[in-house]
Amino acid sequence: MSYKFLHEIVNEAVSRNIPFWKVVLEENCREGGISEEESLEKMREMYQAMKEADQNYDKAARSASGMAGGDGALLETFRRQHNRLIGDFLTKVMEKAVKMGESNACMKRIVAAPTAGSCGVIPAVLLTYEEERNAPLERMVEALYVAGGIGEVLAESAAISGAEGGCQAEIGSASAMAAGAVTYLEGGDEEAIIHAAALALKSMLGLTCDPVGGLVEVPCIKRNVSGAVNAIVSSQMVIAGIRSRIPPDEVIDSMRRIGSLLPACLRETSQEGLAITPTALGKKQEVS
Amino acid sequence: MQLFDIIGPVMVGPSSSHTAGAVKIGYVAQRLLAEPVKQAEILLHGSFLATGKGHGTDRALVAGLMGMRPDDPRIPQSLELAKKQGMKVTFGAVSLKDAHPNSALLKLVGKQGRSLEIIGESLGGSIINIASIDGLSANFSGDYPTLIVHNLDQPGHVAEVTSMLSHKSVNIASMQLYRAYRGGDAVMVLECDQEIPQEAIAWLKHLEGVEKVTYYSLAEDR
Repeated sequence: MSYKFLHEIVNEAVSRNIPFWKVVLEENCREGGISEEESLEKMREMYQAMKEADQNYDKAARSASGMAGGDGALLETFRRQHNRLIGDFLTKVMEKAVKMGESNACMKRIVAAPTAGSCGVIPAVLLTYEEERNAPLERMVEALYVAGGIGEVLAESAAISGAEGGCQAEIGSASAMAAGAVTYLEGGDEEAIIHAAALALKSMLGLTCDPVGGLVEVPCIKRNVSGAVNAIVSSQMVIAGIRSRIPPDEVIDSMRRIGSLLPACLRETSQEGLAITPTALGKKQEVS
Repeated sequence: MQLFDIIGPVMVGPSSSHTAGAVKIGYVAQRLLAEPVKQAEILLHGSFLATGKGHGTDRALVAGLMGMRPDDPRIPQSLELAKKQGMKVTFGAVSLKDAHPNSALLKLVGKQGRSLEIIGESLGGSIINIASIDGLSANFSGDYPTLIVHNLDQPGHVAEVTSMLSHKSVNIASMQLYRAYRGGDAVMVLECDQEIPQEAIAWLKHLEGVEKVTYYSLAEDR
């Protein structure tokens, strides 16, 4: 991707009077030497694969370690109760995020977006939006381009892997991508899109990658919920008129610097944090 | 990174390096063997050994050896499927020198008796590197049509191969040369922008001083 900064995508969109997603689409066509229809078809496939992964959730499935599985079903039951503090939309977002994370841990087919460990965030937000708002499919696909463009800039200018940047680079990136996407769906302009991404990312800065037993399960699955809910509330703040006091590209650069300052023991090596708690070490013995 | 590396790929979880990358290593290995795998000894190194079981790395490698791709829903059942098909699989541990933490050493024997030994590394994302073939260094990703020629370390073999490629209008994307020692076994690894015709590969096999020719084609890929 030739865009290294979010404001470059915004400038391109504004100066040519085309939407943010279209700039990302055109860049993908230029880079891959493919037509717009080919790119759109591929993106529709990605969205369809997310939908299938959500529908194919198996509440009986458990991961090899036994730590993951079944929580999505608990949230599904919870969604039908009336004594909830949160509304239908967010409850469904939570449920879908957990389900996707559990499906991933149980070796089901998912869409890495941007990574397998953070695969629940974007579908939880977008699939819920489509269902609850009856949004047309083409708009959902456009929203995926918005998410993808933000993700490409993050990958280019910071990192999207836990080994490089900690969890802020995985769940944080996914959350920023989802925040931008849902802001587009809610009618936010180009500036609003990138400010939603900035607000989401700011709340995830510093998050470490310390998975129990080195597996993509604990705390990864439930962090997909935090990332998805954070995306929505960040977007809602922007729709309410709030802007990030720190410009979005400066937030991304902060994420990059924080990532490189994180010691290796907190970047997917499972040598610190949650991974070396007595319970985690006991679990690790059990699995291996 | 391109857009569909960010939104995608579609893969069987849980890990792009320990699952999807492992499938890809097995897949490339079986394509290099160029016949169905009859027997596979799989030795895991580093993080593949430490966390492989929880990530399904064992199942992923075997799935790849059976020709499955990283999004194949049968990956979790690969060990049972391999057994049913009469593929003999054994697992073990190995400590490889200077190897990437996510590495596997695969010792394969095919149905027609051809054998192959490779070390595959999973670099993150689902990007892989084949680091060694039959004990000699190599470095390629499986993203290009790749020609691997084992020959005696003597003058002229590189020229023979490159002039053949030139004759067939095949452009070389990258080229590496390795040898065990001066005048000993040597290997060249060429990643190409186009597919190499079958007859050109057959021709190479008959050259004096050429001991083994292995070709990884993308042609049967989806």
